[in-house]
Amino acid sequence: MAKLTVDEIQAVAKLARIQLQDNELASVSEEVSSILDFVMAINEVDTARVVPTSQVTGITNVWREDEVHKCKIAPKDLLSEAPDFQDGCIKVKKVL
Amino acid sequence: MANLNYLSITEAHQLLSTKQVSAKELTQFYIDKIRRLNPKLRAVLVVCEAQALEQAQQTDKKLANGLSIGMLEGIPYTAKDMFMTRGVQTTAGSKILENYTPPYSASVIQKLDTAGAIMIAKVNQDEFAHGGSTENSSYHATHNPWDLDRVPGGSSGGSAASVAADFGIFSLGTDTGGSIRQPASYCGVTGFKPTYGVVSRYGVVAMASSFDCVGPVARSAQDAQIVFEIIAGKDPRDSTTIELSTASQGLSRINAIFYDAEAAGRQVSSAVSELNSDIVSIKIGNDLTAFGSTELALAAYYVLVSSEISSNLERYDGVRYGSSAKDADDLIQTYFKTRGEFFGPEVKRRNIIGTYALSAGYYDAYYKKAMQARTIIKKSLDKIFEHNDIILTPTTLGGAFKLGSITDPVEMYQTDLLTVFANLAGIPAISIPFGIELSSGMPLGLQIMGKQGNDLQVLNVANYLQTITNWHTKVSELKL
Repeated sequence: MAKLTVDEIQAVAKLARIQLQDNELASVSEEVSSILDFVMAINEVDTARVVPTSQVTGITNVWREDEVHKCKIAPKDLLSEAPDFQDGCIKVKKVL
Repeated sequence: MANLNYLSITEAHQLLSTKQVSAKELTQFYIDKIRRLNPKLRAVLVVCEAQALEQAQQTDKKLANGLSIGMLEGIPYTAKDMFMTRGVQTTAGSKILENYTPPYSASVIQKLDTAGAIMIAKVNQDEFAHGGSTENSSYHATHNPWDLDRVPGGSSGGSAASVAADFGIFSLGTDTGGSIRQPASYCGVTGFKPTYGVVSRYGVVAMASSFDCVGPVARSAQDAQIVFEIIAGKDPRDSTTIELSTASQGLSRINAIFYDAEAAGRQVSSAVSELNSDIVSIKIGNDLTAFGSTELALAAYYVLVSSEISSNLERYDGVRYGSSAKDADDLIQTYFKTRGEFFGPEVKRRNIIGTYALSAGYYDAYYKKAMQARTIIKKSLDKIFEHNDIILTPTTLGGAFKLGSITDPVEMYQTDLLTVFANLAGIPAISIPFGIELSSGMPLGLQIMGKQGNDLQVLNVANYLQTITNWHTKVSELKL
């Protein structure tokens, strides 16, 4: 059984940038372990020499002319959706 | 005034064109009905009364000037909260987008707008479409119009419930693993998932990009087709889109094969055999093993979907839009606290599963292996399609379950068992009402799947079956 410990869950949550509360950790660890158990069914099949499918209709690269398209959305309307902004810029908490 | 309950698109169009009802009256009729009945059903998140009535007035002006109107003009509809709607809240059922009002509309919403259809409400869904019951909405659960103690299915539960309760003539939903078809089946309505890429996803909240499809929930295959033909087609703003194939897909000697599955299947099965005709010849297949293993398909699906989810949800950072944690000291804490505070439990789980599956050392064992399994599943379907035009199955293993009765995430995933195949293979599939489950009195659905690009054939077969049966005309008798 693919049991993930609380420490391992913490490590993955850190990669996913999600803060988990202490009271969430036990249940998340249990549920995630049971889901991983369930998806182990992918090991039922032999996939040697099987080409992976990532795009199901077979489209590969889609190109267009490298030209500027007009955008109908005003920058101030986009900016006003940001939780915090000032002088035409999005404002964030200190980085360092 | 004419009876306006449970109108089809063509019936409503007829009433509008002949001025038996005005677009304003029709829109007001639906809005009043939502206001009256939604407190019990809780399918709707927000009603767009002012915009809707203004749009209706435009249709009425055209009619007053003696102009003819298009088929969808003046037709009230509801949209899942996954679609960007300019000036109207778009939450995707999540607290992380609680106060988000997009400055633009999704391509499909724009197309419906241009066609004159009137969006009257945004409807409930599982958070970010993660779920099969709409209980994962961060706002509230939605009830099934056939039995208020039961779920409407999910994740497009608000769409299916709103059509079943006649809160709109059709609804727009999204389907990543069955999210249109499963709730349509549970609510006794018709739900269509097109070929991958045939309908644009520009302006649709992304769940799992190699699976997500947009499609209609409606009262019949005919209505679904009317909406589908308006929203389909290549969109320069979504590079995965392809043109809808309009090559002849008429009804001449269609070969279909039915695969049974467990209890619900048996009931659907006997009804299916009776439909065998010269137009659609139906063989009964042995069992689902022809598809390859259902466990394999579901497992591959959840590995791939969780991985793509963890990638797509990176954008919710509490910086550019949406909710943001108030008590963060620095930028990295903004990320951690925002996502910890505003994502719900299932969204966190899938994020963590996906991040794990894509992390160094596990990629080959999970993500790559699942992509290879996807190839195997697709090939086993291709093999069935070598000798058959259409594959039929029950849409789900049974009727809608009771609210709160499934708490184990893995058990909830099983409700997608028969629908994920179409998403893994990118093929079109529709669920049509097909009987009532004896034990619960709840509707059951028949799933009709076709080859990639044969969307119109799938719709034609569904429409044909709805001309020789009348399950789609049954409505909930519940007095709300």
